[in-house]
Amino acid sequence: MKHVLESVESQFETFQILDENGKIVNKDNMPDLSDDDLKELMRRMVYTRMLDQRSIALNRQGRLGFYAPTAGQEASQLGSQFALEKEDYILPGYRDVPQLIWQGLPLYQAFLFSRGHFHGNQFPEDVHALSPQIIIGAQYTQAAGVALGLKKRGKKNVAITYTGDGGTSQGDFYEGINFAGAYQAPAIFFVQNNYFAISVPVEEQTAAKTLAQKSVAAGIEGIQVDGMDVLAVYAVTKDARERAIKGEGPTLIETLTYRYGPHTMAGDDPTRYRTDDLDNEWEKKDPLVRFRKYLEGKKLWSEEEENKVIEEAKDDIKKAIKKADEYPKQKVTDLIGNMYEELPNHLQEQMEEYKEKESK
Amino acid sequence: MAQMTMIQAITDAMRTELKNDDNVLVFGEDVGQNGGVFRATEGLQDEFGVDRVFDTPLAESGIGGLSIGLALQGYRPVPEIQFFGFVYEAMDSISGQMARMRYRSGGSKSAPITIRSPFGGGVHTPELHADSLEGLIAQQPGIKVVIPATPHDAKGLLIAAIRDNDPVLFLEHMKLYRSFRGEVPEEEYTVDLGKADVKREGKDVTLISYGAMVHASLKAAEELEKNDIDAEVIDLRTVSPIDIDTIVESVKKTNRVVFVQEAQRQAGVASHVISEIQERAILHLEAPILRVTAPDTVYAFSQAEEVWLPNHKDIVNKVNEVINF
Ligand SMILES: Cc1ncc(C[n+]2csc(CCOP(=O)(O)OP(=O)(O)O)c2C)c(N)n1
Repeated sequence: MKHVLESVESQFETFQILDENGKIVNKDNMPDLSDDDLKELMRRMVYTRMLDQRSIALNRQGRLGFYAPTAGQEASQLGSQFALEKEDYILPGYRDVPQLIWQGLPLYQAFLFSRGHFHGNQFPEDVHALSPQIIIGAQYTQAAGVALGLKKRGKKNVAITYTGDGGTSQGDFYEGINFAGAYQAPAIFFVQNNYFAISVPVEEQTAAKTLAQKSVAAGIEGIQVDGMDVLAVYAVTKDARERAIKGEGPTLIETLTYRYGPHTMAGDDPTRYRTDDLDNEWEKKDPLVRFRKYLEGKKLWSEEEENKVIEEAKDDIKKAIKKADEYPKQKVTDLIGNMYEELPNHLQEQMEEYKEKESK
Repeated sequence: MAQMTMIQAITDAMRTELKNDDNVLVFGEDVGQNGGVFRATEGLQDEFGVDRVFDTPLAESGIGGLSIGLALQGYRPVPEIQFFGFVYEAMDSISGQMARMRYRSGGSKSAPITIRSPFGGGVHTPELHADSLEGLIAQQPGIKVVIPATPHDAKGLLIAAIRDNDPVLFLEHMKLYRSFRGEVPEEEYTVDLGKADVKREGKDVTLISYGAMVHASLKAAEELEKNDIDAEVIDLRTVSPIDIDTIVESVKKTNRVVFVQEAQRQAGVASHVISEIQERAILHLEAPILRVTAPDTVYAFSQAEEVWLPNHKDIVNKVNEVINF
C-alpha cells in the first residue's frame, strides 16, 4: 500500500526571488524586466497602497460604500496583473479592484461600483474583465469558460481569475480547475492565501498543507509563491501565461500574502481572530518595503520619487471622487431598463409607476 | 421581561436549545470565535465548546450536505448561511435533498434541520446579500419557511423551528436585527410554526405581510387611521405553509386586502396567498386584491434601493385604491 500525500506535499515549495531584505535569492529565475518596468511595478504598488488608505478614509466618511481593503496584497495583485496583456481577460473577486484599475478601469468607475451605482459595472470596451464577483467561487468556473472560448477563437490570450484561500473550499473552485484541465484551456487560477477567510484561519479551512497542491487532483500545474515578493509573483504568472497560450494547460498559483486591514469596511474586527504578533510578523514582509530596498540598491528609486507617486495618486483620487459625485444619480427606472434587451409589458407598466415615484 | 433586540432574541433561542438538547449543533462560516458576521452566535462557542458550535470551510453546498448527514446521525443541525443571497450554492441540499428526505424515505427518515440566514434590504449591502428569495424555497414542499418580525416572535419561532422534526428555513431580516427592542420573556417558550399573527386589529382593510414589511404596514395603518381607515395587519410569520384560516377570517371582516412584500412582484409569496383568497373568499371581496412589492428587477444596486423598496406611503396609496374602488 502506497501513501503518497506526504511525498506530494513536500514537492510544493514556496517560490521566491526577492527576500525580506530586498536581496535577490534566486538569480536563475529573475524575470526579464527593464529598469523602467521595475520602476513601474513600484509605482503601481505605492499608488495602490495610497488608494487603499484613501478608500478606507472615504468609506469612513460615508463617501464610498462597499470596500474590501487591499494593503499587504499589492505584490500578489499587481505582480500578477503586470504579467498580463491588455487582451487577457480578468475575472476578479471583490478584493481585486486594483488589477482592474491597472488594466484600465477608470478610477471614478471603481468608486461608483463601491457606491452601488451600475455605471461602476459598465466597463469600457477595452477592459476585458467582469465586475468583481461577490459569490465566492463563481468566477472559477466562468474563467474555465472564458479560457476555453479564447482557445476556440484561436486567440493568444489567457483568462485569469482570483479568489482567496477560503474560496478554494467551494465546489466551483474544483469544478473550474478540473474543467480547464480537461480542455487544456488557457486559464490561470490565482489564489491569494492571506491566511484568513473573514475570521476562519486557513488551517481550519482545509487539511491540505498547501493550496497549490489542490492542482494535483485536477491534473494541472500548481505552484506556491511568496505573495509579498512582486518579482516572484510576476515571474510565476508570466510563466503560467506563456505555457497557457502554448497550449500547455492551466496553472493554479497560490500566493502567500496577508491583508493588513479588516475583511471589509462593513464592521469586521480583525482583533477578534488575529493577534498583534501575527500582524507584526507579516508587516516585516511588506512587499513595498522589500521592493523599495531592492530598487534603492540599484539607484532606481528615491524618497522623492515615492512622494511624487503619492501626490499623483492623491490628486487622481480627488478628481475621480469629484467625477463620481457629479455622475448622474442612479434611478430605479434605469435598473428596470437594464433587465432585458426589450422591455416586456409588465416592466413597461412598472417603468411608468416608478417614473411617477421618482418624480416626487 | 427583558428588552431585547431581534438578534439578541435569536442568540437567546439558540442558547436555550443548545442547553436543552445535546444533539443541537450550530455551525457555519465565521459563527465560532467570531460569533457570526452579525454576532448572532456571539459567545456560544465559548459557552458550549467547539464540538457544538463550530466554523465550517467556506462552502454552502458543503454546509447543506453536512447538515443532512448529521441529521441522519440523530443530530439537530442549526446551520447558518451567512447571507441568504448565497443560498443558490446550497439549493440542491435544501430544495433537492433535505426537503424531500421524509417523502423519499417513505416517512422512515427525517431532516430536523433549521437553516438560519440573514436577508432583506435597506442596509446597503453589495450584490446578492439582500435579495428576498423566500418565494423560491416556499415553492418547495417539505420545508417550512419562517420569517419573524419581532424579537418576541423570533425567539419563540426559532425554538419551535429547532424542535420541529422537519427542515425549517428561518430568515432574519437584517434591518430588523438591531433597529428596535421588544419584550422577550427570559424563560423558554415557543411560537407555533405555520400560524399567522394579527398584529393590529381593524375592520376596513386587511394588510397581509411578513418580515420588515409588517412594520411598514403598521406605520401605514397609523397614517390611515388619521383618515378614519381602520386597517388590520396580519403578520404571516410562516410563509410556507400559509395560515389561510387567519387570513380568510380577516377577509370576511374587512372585505378588502392589500398584500405587502419586500420581494419583487413576480412569483412570490403574494401570488400564492392571493390565489388562495380568491378560491376561498372571493364573494367576500369588495375590491380586487392589490399588491405592494418591489419592481421586477434584480435587487437594486444600493444607491437606488430606498426608492426600489416598498414603503408605508406606497401601502397607504394602495389602500386608498382598494377603499375607493
Ligand atoms: C458563496 C459565498 N459565500 C459566502 C460569502 C461571504 N464571504 C465573503 S468574503 C468571505 C471570506 C472569503 O475569504 P477568502 O476566500 O480567503 O478571501 P479573502 O476575503 O481573504 O480575500 C465570505 C465567507 C460570499 N461572498 N459568497
